[in-house]
Amino acid sequence: MIALIPLFPLLGFVINASMGRRLPKAVSGAIACLVMLASFAVSLMVVWQLANLAPPQRVIEQTLYTWIASGDFVLDLTLRVDPLAAVMILVITGIGSLIHIYSTAYMHEESAPEYARYFSYLNLFAFFMLVLVLGANFLVLFIGWEGVGLCSYLLIGFWFEKKSAADAGKKAFVVNRIGDYAFILGTLLLFVRFGTLDFQRIASAVAPLAPDSDFGALSLATLLLFIGATGKSAQIPLYVWLPDAMEGPTPVSALIHAATMVTAGVYMIGRNAVLFSHAPETMAVVAVIGAATALMAGTIGLVQNDIKRVLAYSTVSQLGYMFLAMGVGAFGAGIFHLYTHAFFKACLFLGSGAVIHALHGEQDIRNMGGLKASLPITYWTFLIGSLAIAGVPGLAGFFSKDEILFDTFAHGYTILWTIGILTSLLTATYMFRLVFLTFHGERRHEAPAPEHPEEEEAAAHPSHQPAADPLHPSHRPATADSHSHGNHLHDAPPAMALALVVLALGSVLAGYIGIPAALGGHNAIGGWLAPSFSARSVTTLATGQVAEAGQEASGTGEAAGEGERGLELSLMVVSSIVAVVGIGLAAFIWLKRREIADRLAATFPGVYRLLLNKYYVDEIYDATIVQPIRIVSQEGLWRGVDVHIIDGAVNGTASIVDGSSSLLRRLQSGSVRAYAGSLFIGVVLILGYYLWR
Amino acid sequence: MIPLGHYLVVSAILFAIGTAGVFLRRNLITILLSIEIMLNAVNLSFVAFGRSHGTVDGQIITFFVMTVAAAEAAVGLAIVIALFRHRESLNPDAFTSLKW
Repeated sequence: MIALIPLFPLLGFVINASMGRRLPKAVSGAIACLVMLASFAVSLMVVWQLANLAPPQRVIEQTLYTWIASGDFVLDLTLRVDPLAAVMILVITGIGSLIHIYSTAYMHEESAPEYARYFSYLNLFAFFMLVLVLGANFLVLFIGWEGVGLCSYLLIGFWFEKKSAADAGKKAFVVNRIGDYAFILGTLLLFVRFGTLDFQRIASAVAPLAPDSDFGALSLATLLLFIGATGKSAQIPLYVWLPDAMEGPTPVSALIHAATMVTAGVYMIGRNAVLFSHAPETMAVVAVIGAATALMAGTIGLVQNDIKRVLAYSTVSQLGYMFLAMGVGAFGAGIFHLYTHAFFKACLFLGSGAVIHALHGEQDIRNMGGLKASLPITYWTFLIGSLAIAGVPGLAGFFSKDEILFDTFAHGYTILWTIGILTSLLTATYMFRLVFLTFHGERRHEAPAPEHPEEEEAAAHPSHQPAADPLHPSHRPATADSHSHGNHLHDAPPAMALALVVLALGSVLAGYIGIPAALGGHNAIGGWLAPSFSARSVTTLATGQVAEAGQEASGTGEAAGEGERGLELSLMVVSSIVAVVGIGLAAFIWLKRREIADRLAATFPGVYRLLLNKYYVDEIYDATIVQPIRIVSQEGLWRGVDVHIIDGAVNGTASIVDGSSSLLRRLQSGSVRAYAGSLFIGVVLILGYYLWR
Repeated sequence: MIPLGHYLVVSAILFAIGTAGVFLRRNLITILLSIEIMLNAVNLSFVAFGRSHGTVDGQIITFFVMTVAAAEAAVGLAIVIALFRHRESLNPDAFTSLKW
């Protein structure tokens, strides 16, 4: 039963990959959507089954076969659904289905084989992502971990004729490799330490141990795993690939680079909650990195001009929140934010996709504006998504973000809480800058997609340096102009509108499963997830039936006393005010007095340039890592070792043989007499030797 | 009774003449004849040794050598004829094309 969940998308992949070339677009799109919906239906059934079990026993396992059996080491290909995996599979298949449906409209300008290729990749991605979250041990998780990386590469580089897209795919792949290397090392270390790779067995082996007092094996292993997570989930220092990943089609950005794949690192830490909570030093690192990433990405998002890049930095920033939650031990809050974020960020990305679709590939928000009237569905859904991400009370983002901030504060990380609040302000501001610049005001360009927006920029703001602006003029291939509507902009077609509306509803409602105790709720999702973050005993695990909850519940909402309740309420008020202030600030600057923004940029040109160029991190990496490696490879390894030593050895052997042959061949004169003479002399010498020795 | 040493001296002289013929003469047929002389020099020493040891071994091996020499002469002359047809020459230095 569980195996069906990933197998349906795999089936879709096999069909579209093998026969997609010959299938009409409607069929290949329908197959891809149907398998996702089927997978969603099965997931719902499995989760329903899970919910009917008593909370401590909520585990459903299915062992497909024994993968590796070598001496004492046995590794099964096991799929396991527990409350954490249940949340993940619903997000992946549910939001995945919506994005598939959306894609059928968004990609309709592609030719039939390209269309089938796109959907086969998308289905393959869903398969690997489901394997990732369903895997019961590190190796099965790693299959999915690598598989989603592959699909991410394929989909970022989907328009591979465009060099920037192909480069972005390569960058994502290479940066992820760095993280994966650390991930493998961490896995091996855990195996050496515990002799098993099963999550529950490791958890129950770790549970009785005392937390690492200083930097020990657990700290090292978890730190390595976390480095893997920074690669996959785009945290400092390995976040650089995610903004570039926006070269891919927009639904891909929504599915892979916002809702699902990039949350794999957060999921992985949640899956190993017991392990990580025994390594306090790693937890501190996770929290600090998360907070730093959230703040840094938020500041960059404030000045970017590409609609998708703003959203990409927003994603990095929100992922930082999730890691902050993980790092302070609020695993439930982190996963809750992952879940709500999947709704509103997918909604925002799909909304941006609808805008880009309507504008025939225009992505620069400076060339938008005034789209509210012509794209009403897109506008309202985008607005709801923005309100949700900004943390306006009553919407999904409010509940989850507040829970993270409250837990951060309650665990005593006041500085991190301050950073979180500041980021919250930034989030509200840059999101509403996006909304106002895109949908409000006057339409700044009637003609679709000017070829060189930089020139327009130079005319409008002579104080800026347009050459430093890393813009990508058009993300759609030239075929995007096939339907020329002139000035008439068309709103999202039905398939896209459906996905937008459902996700907008989700952005409003998704938070209500996690109403904190302070507001009279009982944090249902926290209670639901708690068993996943505690150890189960091994004996019960073997029968696969009964599992008892360990002592390490990620107590958040339920244990809140009266004092904490007051604290939580006041923190909520603070962050609500911050959200409203952020929106107001954005409205004031970009709606009422646009010249303020320009004046600010002109007053602090250094800061503006620093942010616009993303703190020059790409340039720093290029100078400190990429160029040295390139130079060592090219001058040292290629021109030095390869040309001189390896080629030299081969060529040297050849020239030795050549030289000695040219000496030896003088002996072969062809003259019979010379041969006879040498034969004679040889016989005489040998005989002479034997006679006179 | 002529002592063994005399036979061996004659044999050595014949062998030396044959060797010199092989190396010095410029005619393939003469070279073949010289080789026959060398063979017969060896035959002479075989027979002489057999006689001096009082066994027939030397005579037996001499018959073998004569038989092989007859065959060799037949093959050798056939090759010489073929070579002559090919190059119109019997000088061995004309046949040096079999080299690198």
